[in-house]
Amino acid sequence: MEKRPFEGLKVLDFTWGGVGPFQANFLAYYGAMVIRIESAARPDVTRQHGNVIPRGGAASVDKKTLLEYSPAFAVTHPVKKYGMSLNINNPKAVEIFKKLAKWADVFVESFTTGTLEKRGLGYEDLKKINPRLIMHRTCGYGHTGPMASQPGFGQTVTSLTGFYTITGWPDRKSVPISSFYTDHLSPLFGGLALITAIDYQQRTSQGQCIDQSQIESGINYLSPLILDYTVNQREPVLTGNKCAYAAPHGAYRCQGNDRWVAITVLIDQEWESFCGVVGNPGWTKDAKFNTLDGRIKNSDELDKYINEWTQNFTAERVMAMMQDAGVAAGVVATAQDSEEDPQLKAYNFFREIEHPYLGPQKFFHPPGFTLSDATAELHRPVILGEHTEYICTEILGIPGEDFTKMEKEGVFD
Amino acid sequence: MLSCYRILDLTNEKGFLCGKALGDFGADVIKIERPGGDPARSLGPFYHDIPDPEKSLYWFAFNANKRSITLDIETADGREVFKRLVKTADVVIESFAPGYLDKIGLGYSILSQINPGIILTSISGFGQKGPYRNYNDRNLAVWALSGYMYITGEPDRPPLAPSYPHAHLIGAMNGAVGTMIGLCQRRFTGRGQQVDASSHQGLVFAISIETKLPWALQKINVTRDGRERVKVMSKDGMIKMPLLWECKDGSVAYNFWLGPGFAVPNRALVEWIKESGVDPGILGRFDWEKDGFQNYTLDEVKDVRRVLEQFFMKHTKMELHDGALERRIQLTPVLTPKDLLEFPQLVARNFWREVEHPELGTKITYPGGFVKTGIGDCGVRFRAPLIGEHNDDIYKSELGMSTEDMINLKQRRII
Repeated sequence: MEKRPFEGLKVLDFTWGGVGPFQANFLAYYGAMVIRIESAARPDVTRQHGNVIPRGGAASVDKKTLLEYSPAFAVTHPVKKYGMSLNINNPKAVEIFKKLAKWADVFVESFTTGTLEKRGLGYEDLKKINPRLIMHRTCGYGHTGPMASQPGFGQTVTSLTGFYTITGWPDRKSVPISSFYTDHLSPLFGGLALITAIDYQQRTSQGQCIDQSQIESGINYLSPLILDYTVNQREPVLTGNKCAYAAPHGAYRCQGNDRWVAITVLIDQEWESFCGVVGNPGWTKDAKFNTLDGRIKNSDELDKYINEWTQNFTAERVMAMMQDAGVAAGVVATAQDSEEDPQLKAYNFFREIEHPYLGPQKFFHPPGFTLSDATAELHRPVILGEHTEYICTEILGIPGEDFTKMEKEGVFD
Repeated sequence: MLSCYRILDLTNEKGFLCGKALGDFGADVIKIERPGGDPARSLGPFYHDIPDPEKSLYWFAFNANKRSITLDIETADGREVFKRLVKTADVVIESFAPGYLDKIGLGYSILSQINPGIILTSISGFGQKGPYRNYNDRNLAVWALSGYMYITGEPDRPPLAPSYPHAHLIGAMNGAVGTMIGLCQRRFTGRGQQVDASSHQGLVFAISIETKLPWALQKINVTRDGRERVKVMSKDGMIKMPLLWECKDGSVAYNFWLGPGFAVPNRALVEWIKESGVDPGILGRFDWEKDGFQNYTLDEVKDVRRVLEQFFMKHTKMELHDGALERRIQLTPVLTPKDLLEFPQLVARNFWREVEHPELGTKITYPGGFVKTGIGDCGVRFRAPLIGEHNDDIYKSELGMSTEDMINLKQRRII
């Protein structure tokens, strides 16, 4: 059988929240063996917010099991991982951690600067144990500089990229695109760096430490805006739904409650097709709409006419009619729409997986790309510490009675 | 790290970032433009607002670290030249309409016969297969279908798209990640493969925690609420609090984190509110170890909002930044490009990079690398290419063409 891209790769996942896990997940989707280290005493923040209440009430399960009722954690970890519970405040746990670092090819972590260093688990320490190791570290602001020790949360990290200044109506204040936008954008850059380092390691047997600052990655999506400032001293301008090189361009109201379709027309050919779809009414023949320039200058009036037309149809119907004629249109989709989206279905994008505590759930999915010769494999999320004994005794070769002794000492809490 | 890889970049503006990101790690990326220059060179903004194909800042931003040749692959002669280049390449990146390369005889089945190790990375709005594969995938259509448009904007106005369109940047980055995974697998199998990157799927991936969970669990469709993105459960119901708050000279992002883990910074915040001459109201009575908003009424939560609004308006965004750092409060200033260039954290990390543009007679400041690597560099090493700047390097020095060959190709509009 064909070898998978990361088959045989040994990965240590010591990440929390979003961002870190998404990067380790690329490896897990494609065949790596990932050991995820967590601590029940200090659970991952995603395990603690928005949790579903168990059927018998919160008191019907122990605190540790309650941590498994998190949909946010589940959707963040839709891949096979081996769960290790370890409390790194215990010196014996630090020794086990070092054994794992020797075992691993890759170590991904996202804790605040200093967390690992002060326990002797920084890159300089681990490099001595395992010179080949790739240590991939991601944090909000970077591991050096005045903000190095600050924990980063997506809501506030995004603010330091420029992403909160690019959306809004010209007569109102800018609005966020999402509640934690960079949490999902920076892992693509970080994931690329991680996989690049793995490719390099396979070619040269060399390891290294990679330092990702999520704001630095985030800014790399906005380079043209940065250059517009450094070269032209110009800051981003809010344009509502208007576009300097397209008209029509915007969201148009359709039949139903808060249903919209987005339409964008750039070139004359698209405009002619657009006019055909709406039935070539009189207003489309008005000279002022003949040219792109005219359409942009008179876009408010144009939008008014279009809205009068679109509100007679469902958003799906408008999209279908427009796209049939080669005009770019898209339903302004809700989450419900996405669940029924035929294009996503063609890719089997959302998958139902039986979650041990949440039951069957449909929100699991692979990455935003597919490979022709490798499949992204999904799996139910890891349960905290579910493989601790297996990892210690089978993988690290720790004798059974030593393991039991350490368990009693709280090494694995 | 990637200097051993040769990448042929056939993308338009949808896919530039893929080759740029790989080029940031040293890959040898050859941007192939049609004779006369890529149409995307018409994308603004422009250097000093001069609309010249060699002055597009969009081109500068996402085609740095690439060399450029001109070649018309729509001609049979052009395709033969391209096939010669494929022999020694590792990756071909493209963002044509799905099926186009097959149609002109440069599809994966042909390319892999020429070079079994070739990876063909295709970036598109919706993907290479499926009912939307032939859809017109301009940015706004993809953005709307992703779900992001529905949840952005004001409740009393239509759904809102960003003024900086960037849906395809996510598709391009998905393409870059997929490409590297393909190269890793090639080490085992000796063969290349195809990477199908979809901006739509990349965005649906990104939005899934935010909107898919509420739908899957409670059949709730998250809607737009301006700056109010933080859900708070009070004693008598749910209310949304702002994520972005106005301050004296701009805005800040502040997300109220509760619980014992945040008790120390929350207490520090209350002190700071008092020091600023604002009555903290119920915040002064909170038991930060135990209290949550569920112990308070809707009106009391609204009071908390008023207190914060007053407090933020007393300070500039950088005062709030400095104070938050000291007190370890999760509060950040909303920064514009100008602010970013002066921001201490970025300056201290030497993030900003000067890049030479000899034709313009100047250096331009660019963002630095998206990560810092232990081996090699990550970031802009040289500016984006001029039209056909490396025709001689590739056609003459590498493919061994003579000056006469080049003149012929030029006159026949192949290059």
